[in-house]
Amino acid sequence: MKIYADNAATTRMSRRAIEAMIPYMEEVYGNPSSLYSIGQEAKDALESARETVAGCLGCSPGEIIFTSGGSEADNQALFSAASAGERKGKKHIISTAFEHHAVLHALKRLEKEGFEITLLDVSGSGVVSPKQVEEAIRPDTCLVTIMYANNEIGTIQPIAEIGRICREKGVTFHTDAVQAVGHVNINVKDENIDMLSLSAHKFHGPKGVGALYCRKGIPLLNLIEGGAQEGGKRGGTENVPGIMGLAAAMQEACDKIDESAAHITPLRDRLIEGLERIPHSILNGDCKKRLPGNVNFCFEAIEGESLLLLLDDKGISASSGSACTSGSLHASHVLLALGRAVEIAHGSLRLSIAEDITQEQVDYMIKAVDEVVAYLRSISPVWRDLQEGKREFILK
Amino acid sequence: MALYNEKVMDHFRNPRNVGALEDANGVGESGNAVCGDIMKVYLKIEDGIVKDVGFETFGCGSAIASSSMATELIKGKPVEEALELSNKAVVEALEGLPLRKVHCSILAEEAIKAALEDYYRKQGLPIPQKILDYKPAVEEDH
Ligand SMILES: Cc1ncc(COP(=O)(O)O)c(C=O)c1O
Repeated sequence: MKIYADNAATTRMSRRAIEAMIPYMEEVYGNPSSLYSIGQEAKDALESARETVAGCLGCSPGEIIFTSGGSEADNQALFSAASAGERKGKKHIISTAFEHHAVLHALKRLEKEGFEITLLDVSGSGVVSPKQVEEAIRPDTCLVTIMYANNEIGTIQPIAEIGRICREKGVTFHTDAVQAVGHVNINVKDENIDMLSLSAHKFHGPKGVGALYCRKGIPLLNLIEGGAQEGGKRGGTENVPGIMGLAAAMQEACDKIDESAAHITPLRDRLIEGLERIPHSILNGDCKKRLPGNVNFCFEAIEGESLLLLLDDKGISASSGSACTSGSLHASHVLLALGRAVEIAHGSLRLSIAEDITQEQVDYMIKAVDEVVAYLRSISPVWRDLQEGKREFILK
Repeated sequence: MALYNEKVMDHFRNPRNVGALEDANGVGESGNAVCGDIMKVYLKIEDGIVKDVGFETFGCGSAIASSSMATELIKGKPVEEALELSNKAVVEALEGLPLRKVHCSILAEEAIKAALEDYYRKQGLPIPQKILDYKPAVEEDH
């Protein structure tokens, strides 16, 4: 059995998204800035894509700019809000300890430039409380940036409540919604969101294309200087095929968002219940306030990379927050922020499922993980020490 | 390209000498759980020969493959030869490890040296200079 269970990393493109792109490579390949007809046709398509995205988010098309993906949208949002704050002498930013690196590393840079960064604690459930945000806001706070849903553990943050607080206090509010768009219903007006980042490849669209919603009146800074594209806020000939793929995928995902969630959520819960039966394991993040497709566990006394390799042998593509899989030899900052001990964070597994998941696949995954964990424990000196009482279990 | 070559994957998937030895007369451990790798080596030494060897490893694919290969390389060999085993020999026998995984081979050498030291100590024999002088090669990011 082959199961792709790493949809939080990226997704398979939908047929509709692929088909939406092809005409803009083969036929309507004109430059949207050109005045002749195939240029103008491309321009019209681009604007219709903008309308589609705006429609899905509940904003106006003029508030959407297309980017090269989630990372660029995050960077542009953060540097824009910081620059606007600095002009008013406000140099304090609030975020959380478990943001994506696109946000955390941009914040690091701002910190070097003299901004003060408060990272809110997310330990325990992986959900920040609106009260924490309210208490952290100061007169010199220029930006609150909190992800909509976490990419590793899938926990969904109380964005509407945080948005309301920020609006009341007059602080710009950005959310990295890369993991949430197309998976949970979002309305930027109702939720008082000032800026929002999204990325097509997380909802069955193409890679390398995303968008930034920026509420009218919030000033934007260019990351890329160039021509007058995207209202002068992002230079460079637009990635028309990619943008068409993004819009088609987003429309499709948003149209069936409730239907998809109704299918995936019970299977996610079945997977969670199955994995919870493995002794000395723990679900990472709140069990209800999480993305419909996210399952993330830690298993004591095993290491994540070997787990992934053996699951791959069984046809399952998954991911882990283990240091050995990160490329940096550091355990996942998300799991550490949650309060997991380093040695436990090494033994983590993320299974992120999509609309095409079946109960048979879920049951196969439970069995496969159970077998691989048991095998790795059987050759683990840590497991022996735990069994012999020479070491204390961290996960009861 | 795959993360590991076929040789490494073979030793990862079908580790040789895996498991504890009940009658070991030299046991050694290296690494720590915080770094994400622990290796434990069990030696059964008779008449100056490594008669049997076993290991247990908590760690990534290359850690398991390195333990398997390192134990294979000393099995049936005179103790003096086991003393000489270097992490480089383990990497060579595995036909290469990704650069940032080389530390796994160092842990394998360390665990074997520790098991040999335990053997000498238990026998009441002087610890060879080779072990006293041994310092694990420096690991990059631990
Ligand atoms: C929460 C979050 N933010 C940002 C990104 C970056 O998006 P992209 O890969 O489109 O740059 C990702 C994806 O990896 C993500 O999960």
